[in-house]
Amino acid sequence: MTPLLSLEGLTKAYPGVVANDNVSLAINPGEVHALLGENGAGKSTLVKMIYGLVKPDSGTMRMHGAPFAPPEPRAARAAGVGMVFQHFSLFDALSVAENIALGMENAPKLRDLSRQIKAVSDTYGLPLAPDHLVGDLSAGERQRVEIIRCLLQEPKLLIMDEPTSVLTPQEVEILFKTLRKLSQEGTSILYISHKLEEIRALCDSATVLRLGQVVGTCIPRETSAGDMAEMMVGKVLSVPSRANPEFGAELLSVTRLSLPPLSAFGMPLRDISFTLRAGEILGIGGVAGNGQDELLSALSGERRTPPGAIALEGADIGALEPNQRRALGVLAAPEERLGHAAVPNMSLTENAMLTGATRMGLEKNGFLNWGAAQDFAREIITAFDVRTPSAQNAARALSGGNLQKFVIGREVLQDPKVLIVNQPTWGVDASAAAAIRQALLDLATGGAAVIVISQDLDELMEISDRFAALNEGRLSEPRPAEGLSVEEIGMMMGGAHGMEVAHV
Amino acid sequence: MMRLEKRPQASQGFAYATPLLAVAATFFFGGLLFAALGKDPVEAIATIFWQPLFGEFAFYYRPQLLVKGAPLVLIAVGLSLGFKAGIWNIGAEGQYIVGAICGAAVGLACYPAQSALIFPAMVLAGALGGWLWAMIPAVLKVRFGTNEILVSLMLVYVAEQLLASMSLGLLKNPEGYGFPGSRNLQQYPSAHNAELIAGTGMHWGVVAALIAVIFAYVLLARHRLGFAIRVTGEAPRAARFSGVRPVRLVLFCLGTSGALAGLAGLFEVAGPAGQISIDFNVGYGFTAIIVAFLGRLHPIGIVLAGLLMALTYIGGDIAQSQMGLPAAAIQVFQGMLLFFLLAFDLLTHFRLRLGRTEAV
Repeated sequence: MTPLLSLEGLTKAYPGVVANDNVSLAINPGEVHALLGENGAGKSTLVKMIYGLVKPDSGTMRMHGAPFAPPEPRAARAAGVGMVFQHFSLFDALSVAENIALGMENAPKLRDLSRQIKAVSDTYGLPLAPDHLVGDLSAGERQRVEIIRCLLQEPKLLIMDEPTSVLTPQEVEILFKTLRKLSQEGTSILYISHKLEEIRALCDSATVLRLGQVVGTCIPRETSAGDMAEMMVGKVLSVPSRANPEFGAELLSVTRLSLPPLSAFGMPLRDISFTLRAGEILGIGGVAGNGQDELLSALSGERRTPPGAIALEGADIGALEPNQRRALGVLAAPEERLGHAAVPNMSLTENAMLTGATRMGLEKNGFLNWGAAQDFAREIITAFDVRTPSAQNAARALSGGNLQKFVIGREVLQDPKVLIVNQPTWGVDASAAAAIRQALLDLATGGAAVIVISQDLDELMEISDRFAALNEGRLSEPRPAEGLSVEEIGMMMGGAHGMEVAHV
Repeated sequence: MMRLEKRPQASQGFAYATPLLAVAATFFFGGLLFAALGKDPVEAIATIFWQPLFGEFAFYYRPQLLVKGAPLVLIAVGLSLGFKAGIWNIGAEGQYIVGAICGAAVGLACYPAQSALIFPAMVLAGALGGWLWAMIPAVLKVRFGTNEILVSLMLVYVAEQLLASMSLGLLKNPEGYGFPGSRNLQQYPSAHNAELIAGTGMHWGVVAALIAVIFAYVLLARHRLGFAIRVTGEAPRAARFSGVRPVRLVLFCLGTSGALAGLAGLFEVAGPAGQISIDFNVGYGFTAIIVAFLGRLHPIGIVLAGLLMALTYIGGDIAQSQMGLPAAAIQVFQGMLLFFLLAFDLLTHFRLRLGRTEAV
C-alpha cells in the first residue's frame, strides 16, 4: 500500500537548536499515527512543516507518492491536510457558523453552511449548534468547532495537536469515538500527545521523537506505557514518592468564598469551601478557565476577599496583602511564568527579590539588600538545578522548564506553611516535572499544607491526598484521592458539560 | 529582505550606544536640513554646540546652561519615575505653572516684609501647588479610571488660562502702571532666588535638581518603592503578585513629578524669570519629556540629557540670531533627537537580520 504521506530525512534548524534532525515517517490511509515526545522534542516543528507553516531545510515529503511541499497552509489544506491546533483561533463574539465561514476560502451562504455543519456534527457525533455564540461554549465545544471546520474540507489527513489537554474524561471519550469513525472511513490522523494511555487506547502506530530525532517506533497497543515513556525521555524515570503521610492540625480553611469576576470574560468564584491540614496535599483539577487563576489570586492576596472567607490557623487573612500573607507563611506560585510569577526582562536576582523580600530578610526599612538577593537566587539555582549561566541572566532567557523550576524553588525554599501552586509542571520536561513533584511532596512531609491546581489528572492522582475539581467557579467536595475512578473524576469536573455522549 | 529578531537578552552595549548614535544621526540629518535651507551645515552645528561652550561669549552662555538645564532635569527626574512604571504624566508644564503661581503668591502676599522664612515658605508652596495640580489626574485615575495622559495634558491649558488670569488680576503689580504681570521678585530680597555664586548660574533650583537626581538614583537602585516602580512598568501582574499596590504607586508617581515640576516653576519665577507674566512658561514641562527619554529614564542619563537639551536651546538661539536660521528649523532639529533615539532604541531589544523571510 502506498502511504498517504511519507516524510524522508526532514531537517529544520533554528539559531542554536536543531528542531528536527533527519526525521522520517510514513502514515497509511486510515491509520491513526501517534507522534510522541516531550516538550521541545520537535513535534510542533514537524507538523508545522506538513501544514506549510515552516519550510524544511532539507528532506522531502510525498503525498500519495507525489512530491509535496506546501509553501503555505492554504496549499496544505487544498492537498487535504487539516489541522486542529492546541490553542483555538475563534472569535468569542461570533456564532459557530460565522467562525467557520471566516476560515473558509469560498464560504457558502450562512444558511447552507449551518445545514452542512449540522450534517457533519450528526455524522461524526459532535453535538454542536451552529447558531450559538462561541463565547458561551466550553473548551470541548470550541474544539469541536475547530474539528468541524477541518472536516468540512474533507481532509485526507487530520493533524491533532494535544487535543485532550482541555477536555474532561467524558469529552475525551466523545472525541475518540469521532476519531475512530473518521479512521474507519479512511481518513488518516496524526495524533500529537505525551499522554501515553490515550495513545495506547487510540493509535495504530507511534513514532517517538527526542531532541529532534526519531528514537523509535512502536505499536502502542503492544507496548507498555513505561517502555514508551523510557523511549520518550531516554532514561528510567523515578516516580515521586513519600513515606506514609501524617496530617497535623488544620492550617487553612476556606468558608463560602465567593468573588465576582474581574472582567466580562472572567470567571466568578462561587461558594468555595474546603479545609487543609498540615502535611496534606489537596489536588484541584478542572479544565482551564474554570476559576483556577481567580482561586489562586484570592489565596495569594492579589485580590482581597470578604471577611470570614479565608482563615489561617483560625485567624482571618482575607484582608491581608500578599506580603503580609507571606510573612505568615502563605506563599503562591501562579501559572503564567512570564509576566505574573516572574518579570521577563529582569534578572533572576531581581526575580528572587520579587517574592523573597519579606521572608528571606532581603529588605530592611524599605532598603533592599541585593547581595542577599543574589545569594538567595543562587541557592534556588543550585537546589533546583536551574540551567542558567548566572543569576544575572534575564528570566526571559531561560527555557520554560528552567524558569518553572526557579519559580517553584523560590517559594519552596522560603519554607512556607501553606503553598498554593497553579500548573506546577506545565510545559516542563518529564524529569524536571518529577523533580518538582518530589519537592512538593517533601514540603508536605515537612509539615506544610500544599494546594496543587493542575489540569494534568495523572499528576494530581500521583501526589494528592485529597482531590477536588473546579467547574464554572464552583469547587466540588474534596474526596480522598486514593481509589477515585476516572468516571468519578470526570463527573466532578462537570462531566461532558451537559452534553450527552453521542451514539455513533 | 531585512527583518527584526528579538534578542534573548537586552543588549547592554546598545542601551548605552543608542543616545550617542541618535546624536550622531541628528548631526547628519540636521546638517542636511540646514544645508537644504541654504546654510553651511558645519557652521550651523558648530554654532549650536560649540559657541555656547567655547565661543567668544561663552562666559555669558555657560551659566545659562545651568539656568536652562536645572528646570529640565528637575522636571524630567520626576517624570521618569512615573514613565518607568507606565504612568504617563504629560502635564508637567501645567504643574510647573501652578507651582510658580502658588510660590509667587506666598512671596507677594508677604511683600514688603523681610524674613528668612519667606523663601522656604515659597518653596513649600511651589511644591504643594505642583503636587495638587498633579493630584487631579491621579485621583481621577484611581477613582474613575480616567486616562492620566489626557487629563494631565488638558490641565496644562487650564493652567495657562489661570496664569493669564493671575497676571492680569489677582497677582498684578499694583504699581505696574496697568501693565500685566506681578511685582518683580528679583527686587524683593526675601523672595529672590538669587545666584548662590555670582556669575555661575548656580541658584537653588540647580541644588534642588542635584538632590532630586541623587534621591531618584537611590530610590530606583536600592529602595523597595523604586523596585515596585520598575516591576510595575515591566509586568503589572507580577507587581500585584509581589505586593505592589497600584493605587499608591499612581498617587506617588504623579504626586512626586507634580511636586518637582512645581518646584522648578517656583525657582524659575523667583529667579531667572522674576515675575508671573502671561508668557511665563516656555515649554520646560514638555521638553522635559524628551529629556527623560533621552536620558534613558536613568537619573544620571537625565542630567546629561538635560544639559544637552539646554545646549541646543542656547545654541539654537545663537544660530537664530547670528545665522538667521528659522526657529522652526531648530525645533525640527530637537525633534529629530527624540525621533532617532526612539528609532535606535529598537536595537536594544531587537537585532537586524538580513535574509529571506519565513512565514510562521
